[in-house]
Amino acid sequence: MAHFITSPAPHVHSGDSVRRNMLLVILALLPAYVASVIEFGWGALITAAISILVCVCTEYLINRYVLKEQRQTIGDLSAVLTGLLLAFNLPSGIDWWIVVIGAVVAIGVGKMTFGGLGQNPFNPALVGRVFLLIAYPAQMTTWPTPQGFDTKYIDAETGATPLYYLKQMLATGDSSVIDQLPSLADSFWGVMGGSLGEVCAFALIIGGLFLICARVITWHIPVSIIATVALFAAVTGWTGHLPEAMTTGDYVLYSLLSGGLMLGAFFMATDYVTSPMSAWGKIIFGVGIGFIVMVIRTWGNYPEGMSFAILIMNACVPLLNKIRPQRFGEKKK
Amino acid sequence: MNNALKTLTNGILKENPTFALVLGMCPTLATTTSAVNGMSMGLATLFVLVCSNVVISLLKNLIPDKVRIPAFIVVIATFVTMVQLVMQAYLPGIYDVLGLFIPLIVVNCIVLGRAEAFAAKNTVGLSALDGLGMGLGFTLSLTVLGIIREFLGAGTVFGLQIYSSHFAALIFVLAPGAFICLAYLMAAVNKLQKK
Repeated sequence: MAHFITSPAPHVHSGDSVRRNMLLVILALLPAYVASVIEFGWGALITAAISILVCVCTEYLINRYVLKEQRQTIGDLSAVLTGLLLAFNLPSGIDWWIVVIGAVVAIGVGKMTFGGLGQNPFNPALVGRVFLLIAYPAQMTTWPTPQGFDTKYIDAETGATPLYYLKQMLATGDSSVIDQLPSLADSFWGVMGGSLGEVCAFALIIGGLFLICARVITWHIPVSIIATVALFAAVTGWTGHLPEAMTTGDYVLYSLLSGGLMLGAFFMATDYVTSPMSAWGKIIFGVGIGFIVMVIRTWGNYPEGMSFAILIMNACVPLLNKIRPQRFGEKKK
Repeated sequence: MNNALKTLTNGILKENPTFALVLGMCPTLATTTSAVNGMSMGLATLFVLVCSNVVISLLKNLIPDKVRIPAFIVVIATFVTMVQLVMQAYLPGIYDVLGLFIPLIVVNCIVLGRAEAFAAKNTVGLSALDGLGMGLGFTLSLTVLGIIREFLGAGTVFGLQIYSSHFAALIFVLAPGAFICLAYLMAAVNKLQKK
């Protein structure tokens, strides 16, 4: 038995725990989930259910039979959250076995290989998503158009996402694709094609603000990502790279509201384990993500780069953690 | 005799170039997209290893110490060129796939490493056995890695369809899959060797 030195009373515990934080994040994701169930119907329900179930089972089995841990960790809900976030990153009508593979990779490769919660250098849900994106590119980029519960689970009508049109517009300077874009209001409320949980910007912002108010996350990462993306888009407009029919303001808003930006900024990039600890570290982290995502969207092969951007910056976190707050009483050099 | 056997098995098990020495990672990761590619790369390296070990062991007393590295490289490059020309002539399909990695055997750490660490100090017979053992170890690792990547990434083993390629995860044929497979394989080998 380890020897603990006890300090004098009072011993006040804030009641904070991994479980509580995970629960709050799941709670904050619910509005966006409700929105996606309304839009994509059964596909959203089935995909999320499979993803969560397989994530929890994988963590349990690896703990039990590979790591042979006495203490199970599925009770801290982090596997549930990973499963939910992975589902949020998948198109709703995707084959069930792809969801299973993604969930096993997310928990098995992304998290448990490194020793479980707190040791993984990369966001597990994004590891799962990027793995699937490279492994099954065709299925992962087939987006059902939102039709509520009329959306058939399989063989639903599919369409391109707004980012695809934006990319075409930038590449060809062709303004006719602008007609294909959903209106800005539709982008805000989420009536457009895309991954399950990323479409409804409104619900994601509500959830994100809730997390900031509940002090689960700080403002640094989301704000720096959004500001960088907005600035990048604005500079693209000011330097005359947009066709005439697209104003700079509209382009900034489309850049912010489409793709996984809101989901990534509020929920994926702010993952405790894989984001820097200090305030300045977080801001640099956010600026890096915002910059990389716009570079990929503008010049890259993929129409969306949020998951790549977050994973690339995840890799920089050990370096960013060298930025430490000044010790109390330490003199400035 | 016992010594000879030890030298031969050393490269296959205890000092396997891929899993124990972690040498020659570039061809290991890049050429194992399928079992056939991995095995061809391994066999090409095996040939170069055996020949260069023998020749360097023969010449070890003639080569001045100061210029030994350039001298070794010239010997190795001779055999690599032979392999390259033979493959280009008789196995053009595999030659096209492996491409640049055949001439790059010249700078493969395993070949130069064995020349420096073993052939320059030991007899011709032992050097030949060492080259053979190391080459077999390398071929074995590359073939296993190639089989796993081909099976997961294309649903085939040595070109034989095992399951529908519809379910195969393309990522295993690409670079990230190489890193993932190698990492897990190395972990498994380390675990087995500890026992």
